[in-house]
Formats: sequence, structure tokens, C-alpha cells
Amino acid sequence: MAIDTATAAKVAKLARIKVDEAALPALAEEFNAILGFIEQLNAVDVSGVEPMTSVTPQRLKRRADQVNDGDQQMQVLANAPDAREGFFAVPKVVE
Amino acid sequence: MSEMNAWSLAQARDALRAKQVTSVELTEACLSAIEGADALGAFVHKTPELALDLARAADEQLASGEAPDMCGLPIGIKDLFCTKGVASQAASRILEGFKPEYESTVSQKLRDSGAVMLGKLNMDEFAMGSSNETSIYGDVLNPWKLGEQALTPGGSSGGSAAAVAADLCLAATGTDTGGSIRQPAAFTGTVGIKPTYGRCSRWGIVSFASSLDQAGPMTKTVRDAAIMLEAMSGHDPKDSTSADLAVPNFEAMLNGDIRGKKIGIPREYRMDGMPDEIEALWQEGQDMLKSAGAEMIDISLPHTQYALPSYYVIAPAEASSNLARYDGVRFGHRAALAAGDGITEMYEKTRAEGFGPEVQRRIMVGTYVLSAGFYDAYYNRARKVRALIKKRF
Repeated sequence: MAIDTATAAKVAKLARIKVDEAALPALAEEFNAILGFIEQLNAVDVSGVEPMTSVTPQRLKRRADQVNDGDQQMQVLANAPDAREGFFAVPKVVE
Repeated sequence: MSEMNAWSLAQARDALRAKQVTSVELTEACLSAIEGADALGAFVHKTPELALDLARAADEQLASGEAPDMCGLPIGIKDLFCTKGVASQAASRILEGFKPEYESTVSQKLRDSGAVMLGKLNMDEFAMGSSNETSIYGDVLNPWKLGEQALTPGGSSGGSAAAVAADLCLAATGTDTGGSIRQPAAFTGTVGIKPTYGRCSRWGIVSFASSLDQAGPMTKTVRDAAIMLEAMSGHDPKDSTSADLAVPNFEAMLNGDIRGKKIGIPREYRMDGMPDEIEALWQEGQDMLKSAGAEMIDISLPHTQYALPSYYVIAPAEASSNLARYDGVRFGHRAALAAGDGITEMYEKTRAEGFGPEVQRRIMVGTYVLSAGFYDAYYNRARKVRALIKKRF
């Protein structure tokens, strides 16, 4: 199926990436080229096949339900673009 | 005696143990080689002081007589690995200024085994690329040239490959999702191995496509790859997909004996229109294996042609999810905001400024194939095809 500029804009929105109006047609074209390539997968008979969920045949390990670290507020905030009073700071979210 | 920075890991290890050289001397040889090779664009964050500290500590350990194989050996680390207190930005603007408060398991294991980190190596942004041209730091050049023509070292581990090939370090770490160790190793005449999934912990390595990402060594010789892989491998409770298997002594397994081994040559791996030169090398490789006593058999892997299209779905899908964390809140770059901009504008502007075009494209393709209405048609279908590809193996 072909992707139009409206779909490209919607995908950019979902991905939270600002794309200028003027760049949308070229983006839509790129998506179409990539999806066109992916279309070949439709030629494969996948009936009765389970989608792969794990690369190796192993069960994910469980660990004990206990706190094993913490008390690292300074380290957690050390790389924040804006940290105030022990919190991450962001633009106003609620009026 | 050749320049020390041109030594293999094994050669340097043996010289260190025989007290013919010190780790500080080896490290200094590499540091001066690095200083003279800025034009290659391989090392992007140099850590000479840290390197010399580690080298001095390694020399003390070597003097005690109880030193692991990697002890005192100077190596480079791909920028994708988080290294404590040292810039780790996956060659992306969005991680500008990021200095992790923790060390990746693989780089920690190397450090525990005494290896000396010389600095961080260039790569394609978020490991997305095959020619090392999507990096925020600029392109990497292959130390090999075709006449006067500059060549790419491949990617995404292009900085690692170029640094090893140019003898700036004895070895380097790489990561491979869809060829990012193997292809640059081939382009630079070095040795690279993508280990079996789960062999090396992914903890602390910036994620691209988690079901495919694996770290591995990039070295000058096969023996070196065995030595370094052993130091990098092992179960890690912090990576739930890490394999809880004993790590063998890979180097001890290099006995050169492949007599009686059956080696399959998949018919589909020989592509239409393959140049004669490559065809001849391919044949030569088979002849070498045959004369060493291996049995060559023709086999077929009929789903081979669908490997790349399914990768084109699965890798971006996982990337779009993994890279959702770069939102300008917790680390890295945040865009300057206009008056009245809210949190959504902050996310959108930050990600538009922070990610390069290739990364943006892959995130959006991934977003699309995972979006409502297309999940089954694209993502689930690709995962089923992947199951079929694996089954054939």
C-alpha cells in the first residue's frame, strides 16, 4: 500500500519527531521504497508458523523480588538537561 | 622488532609476561600512534590519562605473576559501550555530553581482566549504517587506500576496524546487529566475530535492535579474537538474554584441525552477478578448507532471500521502541524551546535535532510497522519468516 503525506505526517507524530511540512513528500517516498522492499515477505507461506519470540531456546531467568540497589538520586540526575530540587524538570504539563 | 603498537594481543601478552616490555610502554606506543592518526577519524574520545593509570596498575599486577590474558593490553572501545565517566554517545547528537555513571558489563569484564582502554571509537550513529558516514563525529577513513582513492572502513564498527587495521590499538570492541562487526572487519583486513546471541552481555551497551545486538572482538588475528572473546564472554544476571553457559578456553581450541568436519556451502549465498574476483576468492577458500581435510557439501537455505526484508522490519521495529527513551528529559540533548512550547514540542524538537536522518528514518519505519493495523501484516509476518529462516538452519 502506498503511503501519502498525511500518513507520513501521522507516523512522524507517533514517533515524536518534528518533520517540516515541506519534507513530508520526500519522506513518504522513502517509506514507500522501503515498504516496497518489505513486500516480498508476502510471498512466503507462513501459515501455522509461530512468530519468533526468543533467539535462543532459553527461558528468561527470574530473579528474587527484592530491592538490590537504590539511593542513587545524584547519579540518576547527573546527566539530566534540567534537574531541579532532586527531580527531572520538564515544561509545564498540566495547566 | 616491529613497532609495539603493531603487535597482536598474543604477541604483546607473551612479551609482557616475559618482562620484555611494560604495559606503560605498549600504551604509550599506541597513544602516540593515535595522536598521529586524527585524519582517520577513528578515535573520537581519547582517554590517555586513564589509559596510563590502567597501564601502571596492569604492570603491578603483571609483576605479581598472576595476570589474566588481557592484562596490560591497550584496546579501543566502540562509542556504543557505556564507560563510566567517559563520554559515550553512540555517535549521536542526542547523547551529546552524556557521561554514564556506570560501566557496561563487557567493558567492565575487559577492565577486570587488565585491559587498558585508550579511548572511544567512532561508529555509525546508533550503529545504523554500513559505511561509517552517519556519525555525528564525521566519517571514518579506511587506512587502506586504492591508489589515491579513499575507502570506507565499513560500518557500523568502522572506527574499531580502522583503528585495529592502522595499529592504533592492539584490538577493539565492536557490536553487530546486521553485520556491523563482520563487514568492517572484511573491509579492513582485520578479524571480527559476532558471537552467538547471549554469549556477551548486552548490559550497558546502547540498544539498537535487542534481539539481534551482540558485542564481539575486532582483532588482528584469529588467535587474538579467541583471547579477547573469552574475556568478553560470560553470564550476566543484568541481561536476561545472556546465556548461562560455561565459557570455554577458546584459544586452547585453536588446534588448526578441521579434518572430517562437514562444511556446508549454501547455494543461495552465491549471488547473481558476483564479480569473478570474488568468485575466485570464494573458490580458493573452499579449496583451502578441503585441503585441510574438511568435507565440503552443497546445501540449500531457501529462505535466505527473505533474511534482509525481515531484518528491514524487525530491526527498525525494535529500534523505534528502544530509542523512545531519548526524549530530552533524563540525559543528552534537549532542544531550545519557544515560548509556549509544551512537553510534546520538547520531545518532537529534541528528537528532530538530536537524531540524524538515517536514524529518524529507521525509527519512523519501525513506528509504522508496529502501528495499529499494520502490526500483523508487517511485524508479525517478519517474525514468522525469521522463525522459518532459523528452522532451516
